Amino acid sequence: MTTMAPRPAWTLAVADTAVMTRRYLYHYLRKPNLLGLALVQPVLFVLLWTYVFSGAIQTPGGIDYVDYLMPGLFILAIAFGSANTGVGLAEDLARGLLDRFRALPMARPALLLGRTLADTARNGFVVLLMVAVGYAVGFRFHAGVAPALAAFAVPLAVGYLLSWISALIGLTVRDPETAGTASLLPVIPLAFTSSTFVPVATMPGWLQAWANSNPITHAVDATRALALGGPTSGPLLRAIAWILGILAVVIPLAIHRYRRVTQ
Amino acid sequence: MRNQPVILAEGLSKSFGNIQALREVDLSVSAGSVLGLLGPNGAGKTTTVRILTTLLLPDAGSAWVAGFDVARQPASVRQVIGLAGQSAAVDEHLTGRENLLMVGRLYHLGRGETHRRGAELLERFDLVEAAERTVRTWSGGMRRRLDLAVSLIGQPQVLLLDEPSSGLDPRGRHQLWQTIRQLVDDGATVLLTTQYLEEADQLAGHIVVIDAGRIIAHGTPDQLKQRVGGDRLQLRLATPTTASRAAAVVTDLGSGPPQVDAQAGEVTLPITHGVAILSEVVRRLDAAGLALSDLALRRPTLDDVFLALTGQPTQPADRAGAPSAGPPDRDGHAATGSPA
Repeated sequence: MTTMAPRPAWTLAVADTAVMTRRYLYHYLRKPNLLGLALVQPVLFVLLWTYVFSGAIQTPGGIDYVDYLMPGLFILAIAFGSANTGVGLAEDLARGLLDRFRALPMARPALLLGRTLADTARNGFVVLLMVAVGYAVGFRFHAGVAPALAAFAVPLAVGYLLSWISALIGLTVRDPETAGTASLLPVIPLAFTSSTFVPVATMPGWLQAWANSNPITHAVDATRALALGGPTSGPLLRAIAWILGILAVVIPLAIHRYRRVTQ
Repeated sequence: MRNQPVILAEGLSKSFGNIQALREVDLSVSAGSVLGLLGPNGAGKTTTVRILTTLLLPDAGSAWVAGFDVARQPASVRQVIGLAGQSAAVDEHLTGRENLLMVGRLYHLGRGETHRRGAELLERFDLVEAAERTVRTWSGGMRRRLDLAVSLIGQPQVLLLDEPSSGLDPRGRHQLWQTIRQLVDDGATVLLTTQYLEEADQLAGHIVVIDAGRIIAHGTPDQLKQRVGGDRLQLRLATPTTASRAAAVVTDLGSGPPQVDAQAGEVTLPITHGVAILSEVVRRLDAAGLALSDLALRRPTLDDVFLALTGQPTQPADRAGAPSAGPPDRDGHAATGSPA
């Protein structure tokens, strides 16, 4: 108590968040096989889908399928990885660590902020790796450097949102294995009924209506436009609106669960 | 300000669904003392600790820690408490030292102070050698020690220990007791929960016995032991069917009525003057022609306390599956809750 410095609350909250981010980054680096397996999956995604589907799918404007596919795969790989958030929190809960942290004088949102930021760092690594593998099989950015950087940011923003959703799910179901399965439940149908693999125009009419309102479609379209060129502002604004809108609901819910959750 | 208790609880009640985990529990712990909260699994010990550490809100009643209301000033309470819960809540992917430093930073100690105290605690808990290894490679006892060290890094005024000796071997337990005594000498106020009368006896100046969410007795260890009636003399008869005859022969030597377990052929007699009575018991049984296969003098256990206070033993079958972290399974025991 003697060393309690009179620092403003927000700087303490930032410091607490940094401590928690670091903790979860250590988990990624030290959990045996977790990082390795996390990286194999996106590489497989790139290779499998590129070679299996490239002959079968008609892309608009006749662009290479690998160019069409990669932006969607960034988001798909990140979406599949988002379950890590909920699983990790459920493990913390099971081991009594959430109790420990909640009884400490740390900022309330720091643990979840740190967790989701560490997951975002991991996602950044995943996207970089996919770009590298993508380049090896013919993928190229066509719209210049600044849009290419923005094409990184959109999947990371989607990943950040999905991490918070997974956090909410993990803290609600409370069991690590259930958290892993439950976190993928919303992800799989959303990803496959979007413009990730095929142009929405090739889907049946009733599905088109759904796919066109699917947030993942907007995010994929925005990423694709940033990577390949074409009109970007429409899909980008819709994607940002969706992400911010859902975050505004999910973050308070997840923090509320965190404050109340018991073993 | 008057000399107020450091921990004060008034009328705490808490239910989980239709299970009443706590019923009107009052507690008071004065500065620099140790309160032992003694009870079987599912008695409400962990629920009490969780309320006092701001992890759980009571349905009714109030509690204050270091003068702060746990429900209205939880942030202030967290500044002054250290918690060691039932499981060793340490991060197994960090090293021992990293665990300590992480929690030190979260108490907002300065960088230098955190490192200094971290090194000191590793030393004190005999963890220096393992300090740079990830905790995943540590034994259960080492994790438990680290857990306690972590709970001390903020130099808490008030320490709440939930069954701190669970998972420790006898040597670890004695080290733990030594540490707790030292902390109290340094001015800390401690509330600890335990299932062992001996542990409460060793550490606590005051013991509260809790059962079915309700306080059934409280007092100093000596007062409680008097009510329990001293030590236990355990006789096992060579011929089990002679147990009740043996009980009749020795009954007037006890400080309370003997318990007979006819199936096992065992008689348990509460006694206060161990050695003198021992030889008299042997002499009488000999004279009555009753052969013993075993004879033991032991300290009263929690079971004996419950037997003396409630007239019924603790019910292990009832409790085996009920972790005290969760809502207790108390249906079969509700009838015995009347205060002694």
